[in-house]
Amino acid sequence: MSLIEVRNVSFSYTRQSRTLHDINLTLRKGCNLGIVGESGSGKTTLLRLLLGLNKPTSGEVRFEGSPLDLGNRQMMRGFRRGVQAVFQDPYSSLDPRQRVFDIIAEPLRSLGIDGDKNEAVTQVLKAVGLSSDATERYPHEFSGGQRQRIAIARAIISRPDIILADEVVSALDLSTRIRIVELLKELSATMTFVLVSHDLSLVSSLCEEMIILERGHIVEAGKTHEILANPGHSYTQKLLGSIPRMPR
Amino acid sequence: MTTLLDIRELNIEANGKKLVSDLSFTIAAGERLGLIGESGSGKSLTALAAIGLLPEGLQASGSVILDNRQVIGARDRDLVPLRGTAAAVIFQEPLTALDPLMKIGQQVGNAVKRRAKRDGGPTDKASIQREVLALLDQVALPDPYRISAAWPHEISGGQRQRAAIAMALACKPKLLIADEPTTALDVTTQAEILALLGKLVRERDMALLFISHDLPVVAGAVERVVVMQHGRVVETGAVSTVFDQPEHAYTQSLVAAARAFDDALEIAR
Amino acid sequence: MTDTATVIASPEGRKRRSWTFMIGAVIVGLHIVIGLLTLIWTPFDPAAMSGGRLEAASLTHLAGTDRLGRDLFSLIMIGSRIALIVGTGAIIIGGLIGMTIGLLAAFASKTLDDVLAAGLDILIAFPTLLLAMLIVASSDGASLWTAIVAIGIANSAIVARLTRILAKRVLSMDYITASRISGTSWLGVVTIHVLPNIWPTLLVNLALQFGLAVIAEASLSYLGLGTPPPNASWGRLLQEAQGTVYSAPLGAIAPGIALVSLVIGINLLADGLRDIADPTRRSRR
Repeated sequence: MSLIEVRNVSFSYTRQSRTLHDINLTLRKGCNLGIVGESGSGKTTLLRLLLGLNKPTSGEVRFEGSPLDLGNRQMMRGFRRGVQAVFQDPYSSLDPRQRVFDIIAEPLRSLGIDGDKNEAVTQVLKAVGLSSDATERYPHEFSGGQRQRIAIARAIISRPDIILADEVVSALDLSTRIRIVELLKELSATMTFVLVSHDLSLVSSLCEEMIILERGHIVEAGKTHEILANPGHSYTQKLLGSIPRMPR
Repeated sequence: MTTLLDIRELNIEANGKKLVSDLSFTIAAGERLGLIGESGSGKSLTALAAIGLLPEGLQASGSVILDNRQVIGARDRDLVPLRGTAAAVIFQEPLTALDPLMKIGQQVGNAVKRRAKRDGGPTDKASIQREVLALLDQVALPDPYRISAAWPHEISGGQRQRAAIAMALACKPKLLIADEPTTALDVTTQAEILALLGKLVRERDMALLFISHDLPVVAGAVERVVVMQHGRVVETGAVSTVFDQPEHAYTQSLVAAARAFDDALEIAR
Repeated sequence: MTDTATVIASPEGRKRRSWTFMIGAVIVGLHIVIGLLTLIWTPFDPAAMSGGRLEAASLTHLAGTDRLGRDLFSLIMIGSRIALIVGTGAIIIGGLIGMTIGLLAAFASKTLDDVLAAGLDILIAFPTLLLAMLIVASSDGASLWTAIVAIGIANSAIVARLTRILAKRVLSMDYITASRISGTSWLGVVTIHVLPNIWPTLLVNLALQFGLAVIAEASLSYLGLGTPPPNASWGRLLQEAQGTVYSAPLGAIAPGIALVSLVIGINLLADGLRDIADPTRRSRR
C-alpha cells in the first residue's frame, strides 16, 4: 500500500536555480527506504516536501492516494498522525525550556489524540529505552544520544506509519550510533522508516531500498543489496569508493 | 629516532573534576599516531595541551615535552615560537577555523609571513604571494588565484578545510595535529581530504597526530593508535593489532560497532 | 563539546550577580513602598505652604522646602510614585506594541520583514527624547499620560527589533519544525515555544527600558513638558530648583539623589535578572 507518492516533483527556491528535478518516488508501508545524498543534493528539500512543509514548484505529492493539500486541515491532521520525523541535531530539536513530558506529549495535544497522556508517554519512553523519571527533566540534562531517543519517542507517540529520519545519527559518537540504529531496527518492526543520510553504511544497515540523489536528480534507485553489488551510476560508484573501510 | 612529542602522566582538571588522567604517549619524528575517542574522552583537550592552548580555568599537570621544550607551566611567550614550527593544528569545523573577515590569501599569507620571519626568509609581498599560491595549489585547490582572493563564506566546506591545511602547512611544522579534520565533511570530500593529508604527510616527512572517533578513518591515516575513554588511555598498539584483537572491553565495543556498519556494506559481495 | 564550557562556568560570578539583584531589589522595593505610601499619607500636604520659602533641611522638613514653601520631602516621595507609574506604563505600552510588531516581522515574508526592519531602524535612530517630545507637543497638552504614551511608543521600536531577532532565531530551530510536524498550529508554536524562549531576554531588556523611561520622563518634565506640582516628577522639581541652585542646593540635590537611586536600583535588578535569563542556570538534579 503506497503511503506517500511523489510524482514528477520539481522544486526551486529561487527563479535562477532548481533544487530538485523531476523526482518520482513511492513510499510503501513495510519497506524502509534510504535517501542518500551529500550536501547540495537536494535531500533536505525532498525531505521537507515529504513532510508537507513546502509545496512542490511543479508535480505533486500524494498521500494515501489523494494529492496533499496543505490547506486542508482534516487531511493534514491525518497526514501528521501518519507521518512523523526525527532530525539531525539533538541540540536544536528539543525546546530547551520544556520538560521532556511536554515535549513528547505535544503531538497528542496538537493532533487531538485521546487517551491517557501519562500512559502514552511512559510507553514510548520505555520503547526507546529511557526511564520514566526522564519526564520531569529538561533537555540539557541529557546526552546527545539520549536526546535523540527523546526525539524518537516524540515521533512515535502518534503511532505513525512512516518516520522520516534526517541524518539522525550523524551528530553522535560511534557507540551511541550503533545503539540508536539497534533501536531503529526494533521499531521498524511496526513502523516504516525513511532514512535521509550521506552515510551509505547507515542506510545499508536499515533500508531494503534506496535512492541516490546527486544535485537534485535521482541517479540510481532500487534494492539496496543490488545497488551495493552492482552500482550502476558513476556517482554511486564514487560514493561507495569513498567510504573508509575497516582493515580486514 | 627523535621524539617530537613526549607526554607523561598528563592530568587535566577543572573545578576539581578530572578531565584527563595519567595520560602518556610519544610521537617520534615522521610517525603517524591516531588518538581514538568519543566525546568526553579528553582527546581534544590532549591536543590543546600539547601546544599549551588549554582554555582558562583548566589546570594541567604532568609533563608535555614538545620538540624538547616543556609545555606544562611554560609562559605563553616561550611557547609562541613552538607553535607553528614544532606543531600546527587543523580543527574540525572549517567555518570557524578561518577568520570570516579576512580573505583566504591574507590568512594563509599571515602564516607564511610569520614563518618567513622566523627563518629569516623573504617577507616582501611578492614572495609571500608566490608561496601562498604554491600552498593553495599543493592542497589541490582549483584556481588558487581566485581562492586566494575569496572570502571564507564564498568557498565550500571542503575547500575551507583545504585552506586550513594550507595554513597549517605554511608553518612548516614537524608535527601536524589534526582534530576530527573530516568529521564535518561529506563522504566524498572526506575521502579527498584524507588522501591529501596522507600524501602531504609522507612528502614532507611530518609526524601526524590524528584524532577521531571514526575508526575506519583513523585506520587509513595512521600506523599506531591510542584509545581513550573518560580521560584515560585504555589501549595502545599497532592499528592491525588493536583492530583485529582488541583487548580492552571498550575498544572491543568500538571495533564491534565499526565492523557492524562496515559489514552492512558487504551485503551482497 | 559543551562539557568543558559548563564545567568551568564560575560560581563566583553567580554569587556576585545575586548580590546585585538583592541590592537592586531592596532599592526598588523602597521606592515602591514610598510610592504606595503617598497614596494615603505624606509628612505634609504637598500642595500647601507648610513652611517658609527655601528653608534648609530640618527635622520637620527633612529636605527643606521649595521656593513656594512646600515640603520638599513630600514632593520627592510623590516623585517616586510618579516615576514608578511612568516606568510601568511605558514598558507595558512599549512592550505590548513592540512585541506584537516584532512577532509580526519575524513571521512576515521577506519583503514585508525588510520593510518593517528598516522602519524600526529609522525609529530607533530618533533620540527617544526627541520622539517623545514630538508626540507630546502634537497632543492636547502635556500631562503624565501623554508622557507615558510618548515614551512607550518611542521604546516600542527597540522592543520590536529585539523581539524580531529573538523570535527569528527561535523559529530557525529544529524544534519549531518538529512542533509543526506534531500538528501544532502557528499560534500554538508562538505560545508554547517562541514566547517562553524569548521572554527572559525581553524581560531584562524591559527592565532596562524602565530606567530609561524614568529618565526620559524626568527630562521631559525638566523641559517643562510634564505635570506641575504637587503631582510633579523629579524632573520638574529639578527645573524649579534651577534658579536657586546656589542659594539652596538641596532643592536640586535631593530630587537628583532620588532619581539616581531608582535608576541604579533598576539597573542592578536588571543585571541580576540576566541570571534568570540564562537557561543553563536552571536547576540540575
